[in-house]
Amino acid sequence: MSITIEQRRQHRLMTIEKSLAKRHRQEKRFRRTGLAAVVTGMTLVAILFVSILIRGVPAFWQATIFVDVYFDPDVIQLEEKPQKVSGESQSAFEERYAAWQSQAGLVNWQALIDSALEDAIGDEVESRQLRDLRALVSSSERFALRNRFVEDPSLLGQTVELKMLASANVDVWIKGNIDRNLDDSRQQLSAQTRAWADQLYDDGIIKNAFSTALFLNTDSRSSPASAGLAGAFMGSLFMMMVVIMLSVPLGVASAIYLEEFAPKNRLTDLIEININNLAAVPSIVFGLLGASIFIGYLGLPLSAPLVGGLVLTLMTLPTIIIATRASLRSIPPSIRQAALGIGASRVQTVFHHVLPLALPGILTGSILGVAQALGETAPLLLIGMNAFVANVPGTPLEQSTALPVQIYLWQGNELRNFFEARTSAAIIVLLGLMLSLNALAIWLRKKFETRW
Amino acid sequence: MSNLALIATLLLIMAMAYHLGLTRSRAVAAEQDVRMHSRPGYYGALVALWCGLPAFGLFLLWSFLAPQLIEMLVTQQLPTELVASMSDRELTTMLRRISAVAEGRNVAGGATPEELLAANHMARLQTFELYSLVAVMAVMAVGGLVYARRHISPQWRARNHVERVITWALAASSAVAVFTTVGIVLSMLGEALKFFSFISPAEFFLGTTWNPRFSTSGADAQGEFGLLPLLWGTMMVSIIALLVAIPVGLMTAIYMAEYAPPWLRNVAKPIIEVLAGIPTIVYGFFALIVIGPFLSNLGDMIGINIRTTSALTAGLVMGIMIIPFVSSLSDDIITQVPKSLRDGALGLGATKSETIRQVVLPAALPGIVGAFLLAASRAIGETMIVVLAAGNNPVLHGNPFEAVSTITVTIVNQLTGDMDFASPQSLVAFALGLTLFVITLGLNVIALIVVRKYRQQYE
Repeated sequence: MSITIEQRRQHRLMTIEKSLAKRHRQEKRFRRTGLAAVVTGMTLVAILFVSILIRGVPAFWQATIFVDVYFDPDVIQLEEKPQKVSGESQSAFEERYAAWQSQAGLVNWQALIDSALEDAIGDEVESRQLRDLRALVSSSERFALRNRFVEDPSLLGQTVELKMLASANVDVWIKGNIDRNLDDSRQQLSAQTRAWADQLYDDGIIKNAFSTALFLNTDSRSSPASAGLAGAFMGSLFMMMVVIMLSVPLGVASAIYLEEFAPKNRLTDLIEININNLAAVPSIVFGLLGASIFIGYLGLPLSAPLVGGLVLTLMTLPTIIIATRASLRSIPPSIRQAALGIGASRVQTVFHHVLPLALPGILTGSILGVAQALGETAPLLLIGMNAFVANVPGTPLEQSTALPVQIYLWQGNELRNFFEARTSAAIIVLLGLMLSLNALAIWLRKKFETRW
Repeated sequence: MSNLALIATLLLIMAMAYHLGLTRSRAVAAEQDVRMHSRPGYYGALVALWCGLPAFGLFLLWSFLAPQLIEMLVTQQLPTELVASMSDRELTTMLRRISAVAEGRNVAGGATPEELLAANHMARLQTFELYSLVAVMAVMAVGGLVYARRHISPQWRARNHVERVITWALAASSAVAVFTTVGIVLSMLGEALKFFSFISPAEFFLGTTWNPRFSTSGADAQGEFGLLPLLWGTMMVSIIALLVAIPVGLMTAIYMAEYAPPWLRNVAKPIIEVLAGIPTIVYGFFALIVIGPFLSNLGDMIGINIRTTSALTAGLVMGIMIIPFVSSLSDDIITQVPKSLRDGALGLGATKSETIRQVVLPAALPGIVGAFLLAASRAIGETMIVVLAAGNNPVLHGNPFEAVSTITVTIVNQLTGDMDFASPQSLVAFALGLTLFVITLGLNVIALIVVRKYRQQYE
């Protein structure tokens, strides 16, 4: 009995049919795995954002005490604020003024705060409880009070409603960032202070008010509640100015040379390989370069935004070169040929015709490069930008930190309960800046996208 | 500050020179009633360049040489027996104090009479130096201006000269990237060689103990600088990261390139791009406060002891960080596979997944391997995540649930705060950096060659 062709055909079809179901199942499984990968990636990122937002957003509102402060003349025993008299030299006046200021520094401003809090609580506070009372308010407030009075001495004898930052521990307690059921020995505040904090919160004297300190103050060790990002922000701003002023012109110029002028030989090949490699060198290596050459050899100051900017410039240079070259390459040769054909020189062709067309792409690449530099931390640690700096830098040569470095410093602070939220808030600020830069770049690209 | 003022003045004079050149060329053209070789702007630019460039070059040379010259003269003027009695280092410190006094600042402990004398001398020299610099620069700028302006004639090919200067400037900019590489290599080699004068290379590369001690505990309290625990820690974290990133990233890329509807592509692509830009310190913080505690609790539940900061925590988060990197690189490579290959497979009756697995991926394999290598070099060089989440425990062990330390973490630890490049404790950072640089460079070079070969295959 021989198998007919028809039977063989039937048999083959059946095998195919049988395997087909299996193959389609496989197809579905593969596809689902792909989707699962996309979903996994997106979920992880969503978790990242949500967890940082949940922790960080509340930190933008900070426990603040709204009390009436009486500028008690009995406590503030000061001469009148010196006015410049005619005939007095500037230096003599300044000397008098400085003396008055240091006098003002000796006034017991804390006493004013103490009595204001006492009034707010509505109870006589015994002197042994004074420590508990003072734990309520941020220790920076007595200096704020002094500065306020030095600005405006007519406050003497008046009662003014002021808002004062509550101490970091009170903020933690009010927000419930510490377990309220822990026993006394493990609480950061005494039982009395906690009771007062709750009472004032219920009375509406302590409120969660928008924290301007976060934006206007610099970092602070003695009064964590008033620690802010202003210094780090200025440091980052100076660095970005250096990066923009150096890496964009240098990067664009070298990209133009390599793409439009360079002869194709081994030297330019080498430069090209070198740039591609430089783009993938770990950022910390650039930090080592900065530490050894800029600081060790050239003797530039430690912790200066100028040095940070130089290091970041070298780091972003390859990114900008690569983006600019891609942008130049996407301009069709016909544009160049047309310009050359009517007698333009090569330099004229590039600068009058090619470059304007490539500008949107160059801009996008540069913005992305700068955004990358803004978030970079590791190389800055090696050139001393992780030093504690209590002033807003006025020039790029003064000591400073940067936003990402401030995040690094805050996350390591011992006052974990408070700084976890503060760090997350700083991250939100940094991410906000970076994402808006990125969004700007993407928008620019979409807007000017040309298909040749 | 005086330097900035000087440069600003020079720029101002150059602007004037531009104007003079421009009007002069117009006047020449009108006078002789001929067509000039170039347009007036080029003559202006050329005169400005003649005026500014030589003066600026002199300025650069001068500011490089003059301080050294002054330092030399001041040293000569110091009492010889004093100089002879000091080591090089003491002399440098003294010169630094002298220049501080010369600038009118106070120095610790007050200035000694010799220092005061030297400072006066230095201040005089500096004043003289500044005045002579200004004078010479002024002569050069005006001389260049006058010379070039006189030279303007219809035959003078101003445009060609200006364009040559522009081309040279462009070429010089592209040299900066090369100098950066040279700078990296030289600085690291130099400092690393200094380190190897304390510790033999064999001890460093083959040592299994990392215990650098503190430089303050005396010169004889030399620590042990074994690279292997750090290298192993780096490898462990990177491998975990790649185990997370490669499957997820590759599957994402495949889905995006082959299956995803256009709207999803349009939404997901920019998101992935933005993700690649999130600073690593953010991922590190995320590891520290979310992933670490989560893993630790998970370990408690199933009875394994997982530390909050461990190789696993750091690796996992680093993997999350590299996903966008892997996926966008692979996506580019997969979309580069010619459509004809896909059509051929589909035409023979293969399903889409079969086409991808048996035709597209093998064709794209070299490129994808290149992408993986780049991702690996990223993982090895990553710093902030491991600084925050790996736990800094430089001990050779194979347990991913324990804390480890990596090369990058150690560089940060050894070099922060201490800028005295004399002890092996801080110099070791450069030896580590050199190792890191060589490893990542090797990976990158191989990856670039592979990717390039792959591109040529389909171009």
